[in-house]
This record gives sequence, C-alpha cells and structure tokens, in this order.
Amino acid sequence: MRLAHAALDVVDVPMRALQRLVGVPRIGWLFVAPNLLILGLFTFLPIAIDFAFAFTGGVELYPSKRPYVGGENFATLFECTDYLDPSTCRKDLFWRSIFNTAKFAVIQVGLMVVFSLVTALVLNRRVIGRGFFRGVFFYPVLLSPVVVALVWKWVLQREGVLNAFLTGAGQSPIGWLTDASWAFFWCVFVSIWAHMGFYTLILLAGLQAIPSDLYEAAEMDSASPRRRFVRITLPLLMPTLIVVLVLGLIRAVQVFDEVFVLTGGGPGSATMFIVQFIYQTGFAESIRLYGLAAAASLVLAATLLVLTIAQLRLTRRSLDNRPATRDG
Amino acid sequence: MAERLRWLVARRGVSRLDWTDWFAWLYLLLGVVLMFGPVAWLVLSSFKTPAALTEFPPRLLPYGQKSAVVAGHAEPLPVYRVKLPDGSVRELAELHRIGIQATLVDPVAPEREFKVNIRDREPVREFQLATGNYSEIFGKFSFGTFLWNSVFITIVATLITLLFNAMAAFALSKYRFKGRDAVFLLIISTLMIPPTIILVANFLVVSELGLLNSLWGVIWPAVATPTGVFLLRQYMLTIPDELLDAARMDNASEWRIFWRIVLPLAAPALAVLAIFSVMWRWNDFLWPLIVLSRTEKFTLQLALNAFQGELTTQWHYLLAMTVITLLPVTLVFAFLQRHITAGIASAGIK
Repeated sequence: MRLAHAALDVVDVPMRALQRLVGVPRIGWLFVAPNLLILGLFTFLPIAIDFAFAFTGGVELYPSKRPYVGGENFATLFECTDYLDPSTCRKDLFWRSIFNTAKFAVIQVGLMVVFSLVTALVLNRRVIGRGFFRGVFFYPVLLSPVVVALVWKWVLQREGVLNAFLTGAGQSPIGWLTDASWAFFWCVFVSIWAHMGFYTLILLAGLQAIPSDLYEAAEMDSASPRRRFVRITLPLLMPTLIVVLVLGLIRAVQVFDEVFVLTGGGPGSATMFIVQFIYQTGFAESIRLYGLAAAASLVLAATLLVLTIAQLRLTRRSLDNRPATRDG
Repeated sequence: MAERLRWLVARRGVSRLDWTDWFAWLYLLLGVVLMFGPVAWLVLSSFKTPAALTEFPPRLLPYGQKSAVVAGHAEPLPVYRVKLPDGSVRELAELHRIGIQATLVDPVAPEREFKVNIRDREPVREFQLATGNYSEIFGKFSFGTFLWNSVFITIVATLITLLFNAMAAFALSKYRFKGRDAVFLLIISTLMIPPTIILVANFLVVSELGLLNSLWGVIWPAVATPTGVFLLRQYMLTIPDELLDAARMDNASEWRIFWRIVLPLAAPALAVLAIFSVMWRWNDFLWPLIVLSRTEKFTLQLALNAFQGELTTQWHYLLAMTVITLLPVTLVFAFLQRHITAGIASAGIK
C-alpha cells in the first residue's frame, strides 16, 4: 500500500505539469498513449510489415534488404495443376493444410455446436448441482493447450488406458495417434473437449434470456416438449447460435496449439493445419521463408475477414456486443 | 431403485418425470467422467513409479514394490513373497540375485539367508505415492527456472495490463477529447486481428527491439488487451462524474483522481480482468514458442512441449511437470469459477 502511494506521488508531479500544459480534456491522450503505443508497435505496424514481407523474397528478415518480387509468393502458393489434388501443387503442404483446415473446421464446429447446445439445454434444466456440472464442462477451457494435449496423449498412447480397455475387451490395441484417420479424429475430439465449455456458457446465457412466460403459455396450450423446442427455443436462440457458429469457425480455422503438441501435424501431413504451415515455413525450417509465410498469413487473414464480416452482418452486433477472435 | 433415484433426477418443483429427466442426468454423469476423467487419470499417474507406469494394463491407483529396512544395509531392500521349498509362503527382503538364484532374508531376523529360484518369488505391491517424480524434476531439468519464467511473465504482464488498460479505459470513459471515439474504435478493432496472422511480422518488430529470447518480448506485445479496455471502460462509465468533479474542487490532479478514486472504484472489473490475464499469460504458447528459443528462457508450456518430444521414455517426470503446470489454473478455477463464468457470459471474453 505504501508502495502504491509512493508510485502515485512520483508520477503525480510530472503528470500535474503536463496537465497544466495540455489542458484537461486533452490529457486523455496521455492516458491512452501507452495502450496505443503498444498496439501500434505490436499490431498495426506488423500488419504493414506483413504486406512488405508477402511481396518480397529472400531469407533476410529486415524488409529493406529483401528484393521486391511482386506476387511471386502468392503464385508459388497457388501453383497447382489440379486444385482438388494437393499432390499436383508446387507447395503441396500448403494445399494439404488448407484442405485439412477446411475439413477440420466443418466437422469440429458442426459437432461442437451440437454438443454445446445439448449441454446447454441440459444445464438449463433445474437439476440438482447445476453449478457444479456447469463447472465440470467449463474446466477444460481454462487448461493450457499444451496440458490438454499431454492429458490426451497420455490416455491415447500405445500402452495407454484406452488401449487397456480395448485389450480388456479382447480387441488388439490401436495406434490412435499414428493412424492417419484416427489422429484426425482425435484432433477433432480433443479440440471439442477443450473448447465446448466456452460455447456452452454462451448458449446457456442465450437460453436464460428467453422469457419464461412463453413456455408457460405453451404449457397452457399443452404443446409437446418437442414443439416447444422447435417453436420457441430454437427461433429465439438462433442469434446466439449464429454467434457461436461463426466464433467457432473463426477459432477453428486458426487451430494450432493442442494439435501441434498432440500429433505434431502427423502422421505424415494428416493433421497439418494452416497455422502450423505458417509456423514451419517461417520459423521451424532451416531456411526461413518469411515471404511465403507472410503470404500464407494474408490468405488466412482474408478468410478470417470474410468470416468476421459474415458475423457482423448476421448478427448486426453493436460495439457493446463486440466479436472476439483472440485472447486478449 | 427407480423410486430412490427419483429425487436425484427430478427437477426442482416438477413432480412428474419423463425420459428427458433420465437422459439429462445420464448425460451429466457421462460429462463428469469425460471432462474430469482424463485429467484425474493424469494426476493419479503422475504419482506412479516408472516401473508402475510401464505396467500394461495399468492399475487405477499408484502401486509400488514394498521395501523393508534390514539391519546392516543402508538402502531399503525390495520385498518379495517367496514360496519356500518346504511349501510355506513368507515375505522376505532380497539381498542380491545371481543368475536365476536370489538370496533373501527375513527383515526381522536377517541372520538366516534363504536361496530360492527367482521363479518362486513375486514382488509384494502396496499403495505408494512416488513423490520423487515431483522433487526430482527441480534438480534434473532446471524446472525451477521454467516455473520462475512463467510466474514472472504472468505477474508482470498482468500488472502492466491492468495499469495500461485502466488508464486507457479511464480516458475513454471520463474525458471528451477530440478523436476519442476513433481511438476507442481503433482499440476495439484489434480484436478482429488474431495474432496468428501477424506472427511473422511481429517477430521482426520484437527482434529489432532486441527482445528476442527475453521475457519482455513475451510481455510487451501482450499487455494492450482490447478486451481489458472494453471491460474496464464499460465499468467506469457507471462511476458518476460528480465524484470526479468533487475531487477537482479539492484541487486534485487528474492522475490523482485516476489513482485514488477511479481505480479503487473499478476494483471488481479489475479483478475479473486480472483473473483472465493470469490465465491468458500462463497458458500462452505460440508466441513464446517463437520469441523464446533458448532453453533457460523457456516458460512451463514451452518446457513441456520440448520435453514431450525428448522424454518419451520418462513419462513419470513429464506427468509431474504437467500436473504442476495445470495446478494454478485449477486452483483459480476452483475458487473463482463464478467470476470467470459471469465474465464470459456478460462480455464474451475467452
């Protein structure tokens, strides 16, 4: 406490002088300055640099040392004889990661919305211990992606507990993370496991905003539970459902952390997604192709922009209900 | 049976049960198993000895071989259940073993030695917590350094976040200066710029500032959270301006007003932001992965990621490290769940 007071007095003297200099309403600029400076340095400046990288080549990091190559990076990424077959592309890994990401996003978000909705509906009932159960479904959301991946890796490894159940049932053990289709399945499963609590919570808030007298009126008219769900719950929940759907898509397209630790993109490139492609091209290879990575980032950014505009259009959200695509 | 279960399954104030009640209860039970089960399994496993971890099929609880102190031996000796030639079965401590012949003694009466074929003896197992997994990681892998790095980043970044975001929120909610709304829009618009798309460029900025392989390279880019500004601004709008005017009458400077009046009044919102900031920074992975490449600068998350590639044969250490990493978040969750869920439901933060 004494320290806090000392901090006040130390800062107070120069701040008072500045206040006299610029006047009261304009001192507001001084208060927003640190935030703006950080955002400018680490968000707005990088956007500009991203473009500079994307249109230059070579392996230098400093933009003025990089030769201008025009749209070559994009041309490299998009050079394919058949766009539906990644193996015919010059950057086949890029296309594989695009296909994987699209497949992942559709399956993961579809299933996650369904499970979140069912969970929210169940939690919206007046069951005993509702607070506890809400916590249970929410807990994995707080775990770090690395921990999430390791928790499941431990369950899924060859001598893991899941294979123990299998052998107990007389089956032979399965390499859950070394078989391509199973690895993809577990990526979807684990990322639903880790994130559905968040969406459940949003849907639950949506459900609780539905006026209860609507249900009472329906009960008077002896409407069946299914009819009540289709005629009242679903239409009134639709705006929230759309938010959840688009938010889920925005995050699914950026899938990286859990999957990277869980499978490392493998086996082969079965679980390689677009962000991992950017990371590998820009940082993990011995020759760091920043230009190519930045070009791929811009492709990702364009996708996200479309999704964000879709969200704003579909929900007409005001600033007070702002969309969020990042942690922070 | 069904009658007895009724009270559990039934909803409050509803006396008639239908299939949805049973379904709801089963679904919730399944949810507990699926959501908590894997984490509980990891925690249980982290207390197993390496030998118990390689056991297949695994046991639920950590078991280890019983050991006994025998006079004349510094280390405790492993205990076996031995079938002696005369047909009796005794629990004996093993002194040594040559080929297929083991020499054992009774821990209580170590004078007499028994020589038996190793096929006639089997280890005695008892419930044992291998706490060594936890104590050894600190010496062996400079785990303390990783823990310190994570704690440092989390605490310092959260403090700066609270200060900077509160200052911005104060200006945006309590002053009418030219361009204020534009500034607010600009800050909020960064919510739509996910860090993944500016990864490469941000790497250049951070390296030009000389922050590569420095904990500050993780801290600075993270502190200007738009979510925090938004949350605090909404809260500060509810603080009456009359309070500020009264302080101005007393010739208080604007900084003093901010520090002594607005900050204390915004404490509930600051607390929510602090909880979220702690969890964001503690769990951060991709950005630290790019900025911190030297082992002594690793955070817990990076260390775990690095070890899970290398330590495939040393799961007992890896599991203990994972448990320590998930512990703070679990504690925060256990005590502050209400604030977190309320924050998400009202502002949609994650």
